[in-house]
Order: sequence, then structure tokens, then C-alpha cells
Amino acid sequence: MKPVVVITGRAVPLDRSDVDTDQIIHADWLKRVERTGFGAGLFGEWRDDRDFVLNDPRFVGATILIAGHNFGIGSSREHAVWALMDYGFEAVVASAFGDIFRNNSINQGLVPVQVTPEIERALMSAVTDDPSLEITIDVARGTVEAPAAGISSTFPLHEFTRERLVNGWDEVGLTLRHESDIDVFEQGRPAWMPVAG
Amino acid sequence: MTADERGRPRTLADKVWESHVIRSADGEPDLLFVDLHLVHEVTSPQAFDGLRLAGRRVRRPDLTVATADHNVPTVDIDAPIADPISARQLEVLATNCAEFGITCYPMGHANQGIVHVIGPELGLTQPGMTVVCGDSHTSTHGAFGALAFGIGTSEVEHVLATQSLPQWRPATMAVNVDGELAAGVTPKDVVLAVIGLIGTGGGAGHVIEYRGSTIRSLSMEGRMTVCNMSIEGGARAGMVAPDEKTFAFLEGREQSPKGSEWEEALAYWRTLPTDDGATFDKEVDLDGGRLTPHVTWGTNPGHVVPLDGVVPDPDSFEGAENRDAAARALAYMGLQAGTPIREIAVDTVFLGSCTNSRIEDLRAAAAVLEGRHVREGLRALAVPGSRRVKVQAEAEGLDKVFRAAGFEWREPGCSMCLAMNPDKLAPGERCASTSNRNFEGRQGRGGRTHLVSPAVAAATAVAGRFATPGELDG
Repeated sequence: MKPVVVITGRAVPLDRSDVDTDQIIHADWLKRVERTGFGAGLFGEWRDDRDFVLNDPRFVGATILIAGHNFGIGSSREHAVWALMDYGFEAVVASAFGDIFRNNSINQGLVPVQVTPEIERALMSAVTDDPSLEITIDVARGTVEAPAAGISSTFPLHEFTRERLVNGWDEVGLTLRHESDIDVFEQGRPAWMPVAG
Repeated sequence: MTADERGRPRTLADKVWESHVIRSADGEPDLLFVDLHLVHEVTSPQAFDGLRLAGRRVRRPDLTVATADHNVPTVDIDAPIADPISARQLEVLATNCAEFGITCYPMGHANQGIVHVIGPELGLTQPGMTVVCGDSHTSTHGAFGALAFGIGTSEVEHVLATQSLPQWRPATMAVNVDGELAAGVTPKDVVLAVIGLIGTGGGAGHVIEYRGSTIRSLSMEGRMTVCNMSIEGGARAGMVAPDEKTFAFLEGREQSPKGSEWEEALAYWRTLPTDDGATFDKEVDLDGGRLTPHVTWGTNPGHVVPLDGVVPDPDSFEGAENRDAAARALAYMGLQAGTPIREIAVDTVFLGSCTNSRIEDLRAAAAVLEGRHVREGLRALAVPGSRRVKVQAEAEGLDKVFRAAGFEWREPGCSMCLAMNPDKLAPGERCASTSNRNFEGRQGRGGRTHLVSPAVAAATAVAGRFATPGELDG
């Protein structure tokens, strides 16, 4: 995983609540066995609408998505994160996230920036009014700032998660340091527990 | 295994969590052991690739079970699969399982089926276990008092490599449903009402324990339906404490313990229910006795009303964001505020999915369809959840009832729940579906999904508009 410390860039305002992962990437795309190329399918059906915000040339090249409440609900498909990142997003700002989507994001280095509903609204209007507004997300400090709009806020991240993001640590590698603990645990499992086949 | 060493009363979720902690350290997520890892073709290929890239093995192939469900066609399964991308994904699953030594139930196998249907039916899902799968409806297995939740592909890779998962401990939430369900009110209506109450994000960060006399009265199939949709209320896991019904369901299944081991397991399972005096971080109460059949009207499962009701007015919602969402949902669904739900005509009825494709669901629908026929011009699909469910239904003659009523009787799989196979809605087509998600385009681009129970699905197929079984005789 690539380390992510500071993200500075423009944002896209996706002013919709409860955006589910089916909308982020449609199930048709889930038949692929690769991990790349999903950006073309991002928000597939919505992008067919010429007026959809991602089709607005003023937002081309943005790296931050400002979304409504409860972003990434529904299906566990990590393809949603792959699609957002393949398209060019490095962070998503919202006042709440689906639990599985949040985990998937962290595991891929897409930063879920959870802010208060007030900050979400403030950023949404600021970016809508000024598509060139520069936003800085500092993962190490846990801050999101848009100085030109006078917006500054913190966002919560477990210290452990922050370390993982800024160092780009692979979680499997971290766990394998404790392989002997897993060995010990396995010894204590009851013999009657089910096995495959 | 009741109260802990300090005498603190514990919840079911606490007990299962604490008995699976491999390693705990301040400021770090707990490392949990995974008792059962279920795998399917859609969320696993990239995880196996990751293992290969890193030169890692599958730590516990014996605790890993794979099946083909999302992509499989439900007709002509003996012929080559028409969609080359689907065919390739199914092939890749078989190859990966062979390479890493994992038991796999491919299309046509006697044990094949929707991953959340086969786990319980094989006896692989047992009380007190941790169960994960790269699928958000893994919460289904919580009906047995297991802690079961959906994970992403990176986590699938992690579990394959280590048989464990680092997790932050979730908060607990009690959903108390008390009272006797009225005739015609089903477990699906219970969970739809719960989601309507708490919203799509109400359970976020929580494990739900469904409690109360209504929940106790439900069969194992009914409890699975309820736990299945926990994720639609934002909770990754939903649980029901194991009881005599749970044990009766499990006794004698292939993977259930036998003889003295059964007694040992039983003694352990009886210690799992939440202790008296244990507290939850959040509690929600619902009067089961006052519930009626429910139908969704919008584009997320929280957009739900009683079948007796009307399509709500977006202006009746609190907050601009919710009003916008409701207005957009009505536009997508092609509905007018104030329209009685009963007056909405449907084009298709889908009976199936990990929510409602078990034998009881098929029986409930067949009981309504016996001696009746679906409305002319309406398409109706019955898709059993697994090969075993299909075989059992056919032994009971249910397939004949479905066929005589004008339903198509299909092969097992996820089918039109998410339309990854050829079973899809056409743009603008309206469907009464026993599945779990009414998201835009979920059942096919432009398709309009209304979530209902199997009984309502069957009655709706006959009436051609939303209906309960009770009103068909009138």
C-alpha cells in the first residue's frame, strides 16, 4: 500500500446521501478478476446523465470527493474503493460512512475523512460555489482545511490506523508478526468445531 | 462462560468476541480468530492473486469453504455459460480452490448454493463461532448466535493468509421486538420495520442483538431473514441467542458435532445467551404485535411503509438532504406521492436471494399460489437458495405448485437479487422482490425494486399489484 500523508487538491461535490456501493460500481463490473481498470465504471449509471457532477468540466482532475451522509453503504465490494482510486480520488469526505466501505478504504489507502454534518455542508457549498477551491487533508495531523473558504476541521482516526496510512503498512504483514500467537490460539480450539469437506 | 472473571454480565456479542481474541494490545485493534471463512467467486479472485504475489499460502484450508453463487445462470446449467466474463470468474474460483486446497462447491454440485444458505444447511454455521465472508449479507449466520460479518477483498486475503482479522471492537445494540405477530406478518416484515425505524445508518458501528418474544417465536429460517438484513440498517452483524430451536436445527447435520462432542458443544452453546443485567450501548424497541406487511417504495431499504399505506410525500421528511433523497427516489421509481401501495402494479416477481430462498420461504409462497395463477403478462421467478433447498422443495411437490401457477422454477443462485447473471429487470420494469436491496439499478439498469416478504410476493404475483394473501379471496 502506498503511504498517504498529505493530500492537497480540488474536490467534487456529490450532494447525495446514502450513496450505496452498487452506485459507486455496478455489479456488472464485479465479474472481472482484475484489480485495475474500475475507474471507467465509477458511478456508471449516473455518469450517463450529462448533468451529473462528475461530467462537469470544472471538476476534472479533482482528487477529493465530498459526499452526503452515509457514503458507501450496502455491499462489501472493495471494487468500489478500487473504482474511486482508479478514477483519481485519494480521499472521501462525508459525515458518515458504511462500516465495510470505511475498512476497505483504509486497507487500500483511500482516506475516509469523517467530519460533522456542519463541516460536510460547509465544504459541499464552498466547493459548489468555487470548483477551484483547494483543500488540504493532512492524515498525519488529522485535519481537513480549505483556507480560502475559512474552513478548518479535524477528523477522527485511530492512531494505529493513522500509522498504517502514513507508512503504507500492509495489514497481512503486520499480523504475521504475531503468527505464534495464532498458533497458540489454535491449540486451544475445541475438537468438535466444524471443518470443511 | 457467563459473567466474566470480574462478575460483569456480558452480552452474547461480548462472549463471542472475547473468546476469539488471539491478541489484544492498547491502541490496536483486537486480532480475532476466524472459525469459518466462506468464499465465493466475486470477491475472492484478487485476494488469491495477492497471496500468489506475496508467496503466501492459505493458513487453514480446512476452515475455508467456497461456492459459486453470484454469477451462476439459473437455467441451462449443463450448457457452457454464455457470458465469457462470468464463465472466466467461475473458472478462476475453481482453479484457485484447487491450487490452495480449498473445498469448493461449483455449479451443479449437490452442496452448491448461495453462500449464506449452504453454511447453515451443512451445519458449518454454529453458535459462538466467528464467520466471515466477502459479502455483506454474512450477517445471516448471526441467527445461530455466531458473530458473522462481511469483509472486503483485502480482508479476504488477510483471512486466507492468517485465519484471523484485526478488528476494532464494535458497540452493541439491542433491538427488542415483543408481541405475537399477526397472521400474514413475516420475519421479513419485522426486519423491514426495524430498518424503517433505525434508518440505513442506525446500526453503523454496532453489532445488533435481536431480542424479545417475537424473535424467540421465529424459526431458524425466520431468524436468518432478520439477521440477513442487519447490514441494510448499517450494522455489520446481527445476532440471535441460540436456544432449543437452534440446537434442533443443528442436530444431525453433516458438520454438527456428534455423540459426546454434541453434548460438549451443547453445554458450551447454552452459556452464550446475554446475561441478565448486561447492558447494550443502544436499545431500540418495536411492538411486534402491531406490525403489518411492509413494502419499500424508494431506493434504499429504509424507504419502507406498511402495505396498507401510501407513497410518502418528500416534503414530509425532515431535513433538506432527506427530502432531496426522497424526491429523487420517487422520480427513479416512477411513483407519485400519495399513491396507495396497493394500487401499484408490478411487472415481475422475484422469489429468491439469501434473504428469502429457504425451504420455509418457498413453502410460504407456494401456500399462497396453490390453486391460483399469476396475473397474465407478469413474469415470476422462483429461485431456490441452494441445490438442497431445490431438491427438498421438489420432494414436497412445491415446484409443481410454482409451475402450475405460472412461475418459472429455476436452478439455485443469487440470480435477480443483483442481476450479475442473465436474470435482470429491463429499464422501467417494476419488481416485487423478496431480496434485500432496492438500490437503483440493483436488479438491472433502470429496474424498479420493491422489497417484500415471500407471502406478499406470491399474492402480488396473483393480483398483479401489491397485495397480501388475505385479500386474494375477497
